[in-house]
Amino acid sequence: MTLILEGVLLGILTGGVYALMASGLTLIFGVLEIINIAQGILVVLGAYLSYWLAQRFHIDLFVGLLLTIPAMFLLGMAIEWAFIRRLSWNRVTLSILVTFAIAIIIEGALEFFFTTNLVQLQAWYVDKSIKVPFLDFYMPYIYIFAFVLSVVLLGSLYLLVYRTTFGRCLRASMQNRTAASLIGINVPQVQMITFGIGVALAAAGGMVFGATNAFNPASSYDLISRLLVIIVLGGMGSLGGALIGSVVMIIISDVVVLAWDPIWASTVFFVILVLLLLIRPQGLFGRLEGRKQ
Amino acid sequence: MKFLRILGLLVIVAFVGIFPVGIAPNDAVNSVAVFTLIGAITVVSWNIFSGYTGYISLGHSVFYGFGAYAFALASQNWHIPGGWDPFLLLPLAGLVAGAVALPLGWIALRTRRHTFVVITIAFVFIFQLLATNLQGITNGSGGVFMPLTPWTDGYTDLPFYYVAFAVLLVAIFVSWRIRHSKFGLGLLAIRDDEDRALGLGVKTAAFKLTAYMISAVFVGMAGAIFAYYVGILYPQFSFDPVVDITIALMAFLGGLGTVAGPLIGALFVIPLQQYLDLQFGGNGVNLMIYGALFLAIILVLPQGIVPSLQSRWRAWRASRNTTLDSGKRATNQEQPAFLIERGGKG
Repeated sequence: MTLILEGVLLGILTGGVYALMASGLTLIFGVLEIINIAQGILVVLGAYLSYWLAQRFHIDLFVGLLLTIPAMFLLGMAIEWAFIRRLSWNRVTLSILVTFAIAIIIEGALEFFFTTNLVQLQAWYVDKSIKVPFLDFYMPYIYIFAFVLSVVLLGSLYLLVYRTTFGRCLRASMQNRTAASLIGINVPQVQMITFGIGVALAAAGGMVFGATNAFNPASSYDLISRLLVIIVLGGMGSLGGALIGSVVMIIISDVVVLAWDPIWASTVFFVILVLLLLIRPQGLFGRLEGRKQ
Repeated sequence: MKFLRILGLLVIVAFVGIFPVGIAPNDAVNSVAVFTLIGAITVVSWNIFSGYTGYISLGHSVFYGFGAYAFALASQNWHIPGGWDPFLLLPLAGLVAGAVALPLGWIALRTRRHTFVVITIAFVFIFQLLATNLQGITNGSGGVFMPLTPWTDGYTDLPFYYVAFAVLLVAIFVSWRIRHSKFGLGLLAIRDDEDRALGLGVKTAAFKLTAYMISAVFVGMAGAIFAYYVGILYPQFSFDPVVDITIALMAFLGGLGTVAGPLIGALFVIPLQQYLDLQFGGNGVNLMIYGALFLAIILVLPQGIVPSLQSRWRAWRASRNTTLDSGKRATNQEQPAFLIERGGKG
């Protein structure tokens, strides 16, 4: 019982981090109608940027985010402007290939500069643990800090999307691109900024991922498969779905890891996804796709 | 005209047939050639499903892996000696993959578009994990060893080359037959507008599932040849997401949904990949060059090599002879409607 509670607690704390990365992916999907396969490697890139800043300039991980998030935001906008925007034909599939090509280039660059050795971010709050009251186990401080970080960022994202003019433009472009541009919204610009935001969220998620896991460039495959599964589970294009999907996924994996066996954690989750999609093909919060194949 | 076409085909087949002995009797080149043929089988059979129906599967490496494991475990348990005998197990590998495709297709084909893509990706990871974790059957990450081949230098690759070539010819023939049958027409109708096709009486569910299973059979056989050729089978190289992306890349470069396109894509992608791996090793530079080339080609030729050339050729012919039978051109394969970007979402 304690183990399950422990799993649930860890799941809630780290689920927010996956929610950061997944909401980036789902936002990009919602507005641009593309699947960004590079999201996994961008998370790893964010982790390596934090690692580099910490090793080279001794910048604290959370302070470093003030540099990495804007940098990744610009990188995201540049990727959208240079490549995604050029796709006018068969966007869905070509976007998968283009973002995969970008992922390969970034993976190659990371292998070149950082080699394939596993690394992990270091800081005092990664090493030091706090005793959890009532449950009687120890947990590194980073889990709590990460939870606060993801609450702050997800809260600002919520405010941005639902309480600002830009957010209104974003949601309009999500609902109907043609109608949005007809009422004077600069849809390409909204798309570029959205892509930037999605990538910037990957930077934040990457830092926490790097502090809680050992990683190398190849970690991106595992990450992107998890992220895709999360957004399909939650319903593609739904921010709330990304949040719920992340928490559900992490809780299931953590409970399986603690109560059964680590090797089955991902399998159980993937099987649950397949079973869910049998009942609800559109995911938990997704809209049914109409007459479009 | 038809005679010329058949002659051209025969010349190509003959060229590929004598390539390893006559033109480049060299182990390194032959090894690349074998990988190219294996890649060509996978992409031609992938195209039977994904190219014709427009459902992009990024999970065909599941069948690759099932074919490989079925082949490996059968030859291990029945103590089949190395040599030509194991190749008799290829149909078995194909059938196992086809049988696996039935439940998987039934599940995955309930969804469409992006969700379908993601489910197929999820399949790859499920089975990769199962292959790693079910150590009693697959020996996990320890790997399964294939029977050793008795062939010696200069001759090692040839049996694989010719078997792969034979399977490829069968796959191309099946693909071509389907493309020019009523069944194939139904698949293309599903690609263009599935609901309308259903309304017109195409049994879409059965058609999609059948195409999915047919394509799985040949991918399974390719996986088996790959496993036997490499000699050892690991979970992460048999259920490999990179294989899936490579397949999609080959198909898109060559031209999705055409018969010849995937072949040309395979001829281009696999040798390039092998060359970059050999030339730059695993320090990341190979990945950067590969990714950059791949990106450039997608952006320059988004429709693929064959459709781009076809439209050039048609434009050239039209400019030479404008009175040329316009009725004939109307029956040619034009761009399917769903591939053209639509403005809105409604």
